[in-house]
Amino acid sequence: MNDKADTDTSSPATQPLKTGAQCVIDGLVKAGCEVLFGYPGGAVLDIFNCLYEAPFNFVLTRHEQGAVHMADGYARATGKAGCCLVTSGPGATNTVTGLATAYMDGIPLVCITGQVALNMIGNDAFQEADVIGITRPVTKHNFLVRNADELPDIIAKAFYIATTGKPGPVVIDIPKNVQKAKTAALPPETVTMRAYHPDVPINATEIARFAELINRASRPLLYVGGGAISGGAADVLAQVAHKANIPVTTTLMALGIFPETDPLSLHMLGMHGSVAANYAVDHCDLLISAGARFDDRVTGKISSFASKAAIVHIDIDRSSIGKSVRADLGVHGYVKPVLEAVLPFVKPAEHAEWLEQVNRWKERFPFTYPQSEDTLMPQYVIEQIDAVSAGKAVVVTDVGQNQMWAAQFFRYTRPRNFITSGGLGTMGFGLPAAIGAQFGRHGEPVVCVTGDGGVQMNFQELVVAVEHRIPIVVVILNNGFLGMVRQWQELFYGRRYSGVMLSQHGRAPNEEIPEAPGYLPDFVKMAEAHGACARRIFKEEEVGPALREALASGKTWVIECIVAPEANVFPMIPPGSHVAEMINRTV
Amino acid sequence: MKHIINCLVENQPGVLARIVGLISGRGYNIETLNVGPTADPTVSKMTIVVPGDSHIIEQVTHQLSKQVDVIEVVNMTNRRHLDRELILVRVATVNHHTRAEIVDLAALFMARVVAVQEDSVTIQMVGNQETVADFLRLMKPYAIVDISRTGVIAVGRDAPESAAKKG
Repeated sequence: MNDKADTDTSSPATQPLKTGAQCVIDGLVKAGCEVLFGYPGGAVLDIFNCLYEAPFNFVLTRHEQGAVHMADGYARATGKAGCCLVTSGPGATNTVTGLATAYMDGIPLVCITGQVALNMIGNDAFQEADVIGITRPVTKHNFLVRNADELPDIIAKAFYIATTGKPGPVVIDIPKNVQKAKTAALPPETVTMRAYHPDVPINATEIARFAELINRASRPLLYVGGGAISGGAADVLAQVAHKANIPVTTTLMALGIFPETDPLSLHMLGMHGSVAANYAVDHCDLLISAGARFDDRVTGKISSFASKAAIVHIDIDRSSIGKSVRADLGVHGYVKPVLEAVLPFVKPAEHAEWLEQVNRWKERFPFTYPQSEDTLMPQYVIEQIDAVSAGKAVVVTDVGQNQMWAAQFFRYTRPRNFITSGGLGTMGFGLPAAIGAQFGRHGEPVVCVTGDGGVQMNFQELVVAVEHRIPIVVVILNNGFLGMVRQWQELFYGRRYSGVMLSQHGRAPNEEIPEAPGYLPDFVKMAEAHGACARRIFKEEEVGPALREALASGKTWVIECIVAPEANVFPMIPPGSHVAEMINRTV
Repeated sequence: MKHIINCLVENQPGVLARIVGLISGRGYNIETLNVGPTADPTVSKMTIVVPGDSHIIEQVTHQLSKQVDVIEVVNMTNRRHLDRELILVRVATVNHHTRAEIVDLAALFMARVVAVQEDSVTIQMVGNQETVADFLRLMKPYAIVDISRTGVIAVGRDAPESAAKKG
């Protein structure tokens, strides 16, 4: 090859040929990939071969589900697309729960799956699965690459689709022969797609109507969802709220978008939301939904949700507007530019009477819990995480009671500091997502709040944290039960605890297993076997010191908190009910 | 009420499966579905007939619109349009009297007899949804042995379909 061919990059004809596998690595580098989570196998060996000299980190997880959740945690913590790479067949099917988790919450992911060679597809080849068919309903889009020449373009498109509009996961299925094939194709400078136009122009008529509704309202309320976080709308949201004195409640997905220390904050709304937020929804005369989607865990009984209010629904996903709740005004667009457009038309307002009413609810019904002399209350542990980290911890939760307490008893003040599986409610999400989050947020304290049930679903990933010296602190709230299911059985199924018992403690004598350890499993031993530091604590006075030691250590820690076995999450609006049916036994 | 939705999509493998999966996955029915290439070979047109109230149809069109491979979605029912379906129906003929009656009826609908056997005639009939339904109702007293339908296709009568651009 002569010198000219080596240096001339203007024409594909003079480019040195690259393999499809090399195009994958180049595409990831061009997209800004810092860390790739994955697991090898026969159908991705060529890509792994190129990975050997890739300029970004590769993290070998211990299960493909762990890889997707880590990429997801990274994406939620940074706002960038998370990347993962797995093999065909079982490798790909193991990603499905993780893809569905990201899809429900609108999280940008690019997941590359190996596939058997094109001529083998459909032959029931070894480790073959119809990954495009299987992942179709749980991805924003997916690609089967038929030719190495399309690969650079498809990788660029995948990142573009994943990160624009309502973000979401994108799968690229790459047959083995395409990885081996050579191509002169180059990545495109810009991505253009005939059928995909995520940017929506602001509609001046809608903005004028929106401003008029705000200026006319006497009891307005901002109801903010995850779309405001992915759209980076925190600053303009605060400006709108303060200019017209509009109280703000957020969904689980949007905790931290508006500082919960602000007097206008009503905390979270919905099934386990604050009394003040849910009362405010019931009494407001204007509900401004910004990047939220009226999930059933938020609305309860749809017909009586915000029944006195005009509803404005801002959403980049047009299909979300009016899907579950009628909107008096739908504003199709990203939350940030929409709020920026309306801000100059919003007239300063006091809303003194309304704020006084809202504050009375806040004072009268704070999040609280029964005090106990002899058992550690899980809510206390969360308060301590807030106190010890001075509110700075990135909190990553699992799903269930631990998740709801983490939402209720930590005062979030910054977006992307609360990471949780909201829509799908995926148990096993917490630990790997915390590892992924820490990869994206070096130097910040990351605390995983999990339960004795969920942590066992992906415990194997703890070794990844140890291997990469990831200083996460895993706080297991061990109540010996699948707590949220037990709570529903207590409240709605006559206390018949069916299939929820996890620990040795509290079992009927004939169900005890005397030959097994007293704690089953013994999380301290398990953590130590994975190379992490661990401690089991039982009392309030142990919580602060344990957290301080763990956070200061720079090491991977597991703190197992033996907590009150039958503590409940309150307030609770039973599913499909109105706020008036709220259960609130907090003393 | 039935709605006719025209959907311009990228002519690529997997797109049909995505569209069908999307509609069925959300619990909506497809009554008929027709797919074919357009004048531009990279674009296919799907005509989907979906029964449902306006809320359901609005959801279907929005869900379709947000698919990455969907270029344009138009609810034809809301605008002036022509719709046609072609059916092939084989009807048993007990004797030459019934055969004559069936052929007469077919003629009234401008339908053509395309095959004649000793015991049956096969009729090709083209019409809009109402006409096809009327014809089949009149054929019902005779024994319909077999029927194949193309599903509805539709074309706008006025402005080009880009009036209802996606997004």
